[in-house]
Amino acid sequence: MEAIYLKYSYDFRNYTVASQKRRVLHALAQLGLPSISALQEKVLRDPALFGRLLQYLTIPVSEMFRDPAYFLALRQHVVPILHTYPSVKVWVAGCSTGEEVFSLAILLREEGLLSRTQIYATDINPASLEKARQGIFPIEAVRGYTANYQRAGGRSSFSDYYTAAYEAARFDPSLCADVIFADHSLATDSVFAETQLVSCRNVLIYFNRELQDRALGLFHESLCHRGFLGLGSKESIDFSSYSQRFDAHSKPERIYRKAT
Amino acid sequence: MKLTAPQTPGRRVEAVVLGASAGGIEALFTLLNGLPALWSLPVVIVLHVPENHESHLAEIFSDRLHLPVHEAADKMPLASGHVYFAPPGYHLSIERDRRFSLSCEPPVHFSRPSIDVLMASAADAYGPALAGMLLTGANEDGAEGLRRIQQAGGITAVQDPNEAQISVMPQAAIALHSPDHVLPLRELRALLLQLESTHAH
Ligand SMILES: C[S@@+](CC[C@H](N)C(=O)[O-])C[C@H]1O[C@@H](n2cnc3c(N)ncnc32)[C@H](O)[C@@H]1O
Repeated sequence: MEAIYLKYSYDFRNYTVASQKRRVLHALAQLGLPSISALQEKVLRDPALFGRLLQYLTIPVSEMFRDPAYFLALRQHVVPILHTYPSVKVWVAGCSTGEEVFSLAILLREEGLLSRTQIYATDINPASLEKARQGIFPIEAVRGYTANYQRAGGRSSFSDYYTAAYEAARFDPSLCADVIFADHSLATDSVFAETQLVSCRNVLIYFNRELQDRALGLFHESLCHRGFLGLGSKESIDFSSYSQRFDAHSKPERIYRKAT
Repeated sequence: MKLTAPQTPGRRVEAVVLGASAGGIEALFTLLNGLPALWSLPVVIVLHVPENHESHLAEIFSDRLHLPVHEAADKMPLASGHVYFAPPGYHLSIERDRRFSLSCEPPVHFSRPSIDVLMASAADAYGPALAGMLLTGANEDGAEGLRRIQQAGGITAVQDPNEAQISVMPQAAIALHSPDHVLPLRELRALLLQLESTHAH
């Protein structure tokens, strides 16, 4: 990880050990390499192989409207406050292949906010960002998301948002017309905008406490006065040094608000 | 298959990990019910439950046991005498600093949380100071995990397949490695108490 950092500037040094070990072993098996040292040697000489390794290291799994209660809480308890701002900036950190971004865009459109919202969707995995930009998801998965969407308080028919062709569903490109997809690492980069809402779900769990603190520091710095932070359903700030610097806004749904 | 305790002198267990699937709730009640309130080992449990459902396991067990029971949370430290359940939809690992971490990697043996994932990470974190037990269930999750515990020098125990409500899971473990113990629940319970008494000394 040290070598990868020096050569490629991707900093995986403060990730949790247990899942990183599993992913490296999985990568070894998939890439047909006998040992970690063989992997290291090859990766340092071959940037294309590093690109493949990145797919294993980053866990690009996502779902639309994952944990519907989170999106319902955003709709009911956060959107009304976002409405009081003349314009809104939302940062989806670790957006992976974009499912979360499209979910938020749909929700904001239904709540009449999308047209004055700027969404920044960031991730360290360029292949995931590219998929996110395209907004095309497997049709099987999308069918499954319909129930999530309804439980998240969806106001329309989910199929209004995509056109199905063969095995894929292409989401309405106007949903993401104003989304900026960008390469950004919570481990090495700094804050780039003032935001009203940061949604960072299922990313901090891969970080050790030091790196969690760094990421939470970025969110804290980016958020406006009383801005909102949404985490994954099983994540919390309880074991970080930021536990006192956010108030719980909707506790079970893991939505926090920057403390005064 | 040994049926008696292979106690190496001076060996101290510092944590117990348990895995169960179909039929697991009842089996866990039998195993854990009435453990003494002064029980001092952390007990970490993966019980297969459907994803996308809130799990009430921690509440259910907390009502029945005399021990503090929690749903394990990311970066939560393991405390002695506490019982933890893996949350649905996430893999649960134990890190070397003896805190939990969660992850949403794809399911293992169609299960998330997976028993293998918990046990392998716990084996890395605790080495010989770990005991793992695998109970009733209808799939093969946990066999590899128990083997990893044994390789790291820890103690492994499997519910007697003849007694298990569903024998596939214990049988898979027995097929993959030679567990230190293959016992019915009542005796697994006695083993737990014995592990704790060596721990306390
Ligand atoms: C499991 S996905 C979460 C996707 C989405 N947020 C969700 O909850 O469905 C984790 C994502 O975090 C990204 N990630 C990992 N390390 C990161 C870092 N240092 N900075 C930004 N993103 C990172 C990975 O590339 C991956 O896409």
